[in-house]
Amino acid sequence: MKANYRGAVHDAIAEAMRADERVVLLGEDVGRYGGTYAVSKGLLEEFGPDRIRDTPISELGFVGIGIGAALNGLRPIVEIMTVNFSLLALDQIVNTAAPLRHMSNGQFSVPLVIRMATGAGRQLAAQHSHSLENWYAHIPGITVLAPATVADAYGMLRTALSNPDPVIIFEHVGLYNTSTDLDALEPTDIARAASRRNGTDATLITYGGSLPKVLDAAEQLAQTGIDCEVIDLRVLRPLDDATILESVRKTHRAVIVDEGWRTGSLAAEVSARIVEGAFYDLDAPIARVCTVEVPIPYAKHLEQAALPQPDTIVAAVRGLFGDDQRAGAERPGVEER
Amino acid sequence: MTDPGLARALLTDMIRVRRMEEKCAEMYSAGKIRGFLHLYVGEEAVAAGSLRVLGPQDAVIATYREHAHALLRGIPMAKIMAEMFGKQEGCSGGRGGSMHLFDASRRFYGGNAIVAGGLPTAAGLAFADAQLKRNQVSACYFGDGAIAEGVFHETMNMAELWKLPVLFCCENNRYAMGTSIDRELSDVDLVVLAESYRVPSASTDGMDVLACHDAMQQAVEHVRTNGGPFFLEFKTYRFRPHSMFDPELYREKAEVEKWREHDPITTFTERCLTEGLLSAEDLAAIEQAVAAEVADAVAYAEAGTLASVDDLTRDVMTPTAAKALS
Repeated sequence: MKANYRGAVHDAIAEAMRADERVVLLGEDVGRYGGTYAVSKGLLEEFGPDRIRDTPISELGFVGIGIGAALNGLRPIVEIMTVNFSLLALDQIVNTAAPLRHMSNGQFSVPLVIRMATGAGRQLAAQHSHSLENWYAHIPGITVLAPATVADAYGMLRTALSNPDPVIIFEHVGLYNTSTDLDALEPTDIARAASRRNGTDATLITYGGSLPKVLDAAEQLAQTGIDCEVIDLRVLRPLDDATILESVRKTHRAVIVDEGWRTGSLAAEVSARIVEGAFYDLDAPIARVCTVEVPIPYAKHLEQAALPQPDTIVAAVRGLFGDDQRAGAERPGVEER
Repeated sequence: MTDPGLARALLTDMIRVRRMEEKCAEMYSAGKIRGFLHLYVGEEAVAAGSLRVLGPQDAVIATYREHAHALLRGIPMAKIMAEMFGKQEGCSGGRGGSMHLFDASRRFYGGNAIVAGGLPTAAGLAFADAQLKRNQVSACYFGDGAIAEGVFHETMNMAELWKLPVLFCCENNRYAMGTSIDRELSDVDLVVLAESYRVPSASTDGMDVLACHDAMQQAVEHVRTNGGPFFLEFKTYRFRPHSMFDPELYREKAEVEKWREHDPITTFTERCLTEGLLSAEDLAAIEQAVAAEVADAVAYAEAGTLASVDDLTRDVMTPTAAKALS
């Protein structure tokens, strides 16, 4: 069957709600509007306004209400329109949801799923386009997911809803319209990274909206004789070190592609872990392809220039092989930026 | 006419809180308790008068000044003292300390040390009760400082919009840490503010334990009957500094002394004696019993053990989940 990403998230929510009365969806315009990205279209008609709850524009308040509801027997899914707006709710996520279990000595868990859109590429400029996954991946007590495929869009959400602790799911805006042929949608694990392409010459590590670009780059590189393995992190916290290191030990080269800014990025964290765990297996320095360190601009050509692209990824990989076309030499955003 | 049994219970509760906290201050000076320690001295009538109105099915969430609420919700004094001593026998295993007392079995959700941080959680507890059609009240205690936080506005709005059975208990002690209420709020009439959200509300004398009890009964009754929120202001005063680090540069000693004349324990004691509700012997017996409870709590805390460092990372996440992820 043909399935797309938006529909997969929709189906995961709908089927979870049919299966479990405790599941509710809260967020801005999830009901009558059908969801900002049309994910929840039709759910209000099936489940009614008590379970598909349109909220005021009060991110801190409704995330906190999600926490309390989760503590008291519900299985809330809270939708935040975009990661930039989630900053208004950081206090409740970081100061209450994440530490509650530990600081209460295991007495209170928060089985809350927070979904939010992330990333650039739709010309939404500097307050709707950022990738702040790493902010959340920094925090002990929460699981951070970045489904990059249609199967994961469905499967990780279903599994997240049976997790006893907070889960944050990042849905890249560039992925909602992607589609694929699948036999069936089913729950998937929320623990492991996945290899999306097998290869022997270099490991390309990425997540979320950058995965299609990385696969594109890997195809281009294959045509020039560089055979890349592509690792999709899937789970940004806790990171699946074993899968990353196993691949790097095989290929001896690593390029990390991250739509977040380079400074303090997830790419930096992955890079450090490779150095800690596979330094002597490396044949070249680790390279990173990240977003240029500017607020995301509106104009299409500027926005695209700020983001990792297949050609910058190709250049970064070629740079590891002593190619004259050093990564970053041609365009900003790579290497020394 | 006040019921002598109730009078005794209310007075005993206030004295238990006062004596426990006096001991906490002493233990702080002795270096047994560290970190922040926020004492409730002067405000005891609020917790004593209000908490006993709630039933075991109801939920309570409080602030970093929550020793009284924890104790009067039923957490044994020994477990509270052990927590402040950082011992694993404490009600949060030594991980929370003074500001993060918890007890799931008593539906006591802390100990939230972010000003106003507990408000949306309480509304969420109430949201689940409404959704699951349980007739329970979620009581949220917070100070006047929380009124100035944006999440107060967000929570009041949604609580009324969705008719959530949450009881907002504002302990107005007139200071947001060191900033007096007239220097932090454009309008100090909190009932007017609450009613601007159409949340039914009332204000009571937080130095009078019977007034607190009566007001709480009406407020709880309102929430149980109508299902929607209620805002109850307790006008009270903190006699001691904000925390053990506070030199109190922001208020006059004379102001504190004036409020001390309304000490909820001495005034209620006098009333009990005058009205013949309790005898001098009764009072002595209460003090004696509380002194023994405090001594036992300290002994328990002293004898408590330190959690193994091997368990440092336990319960960051639920073990089953952690296992699946390993």
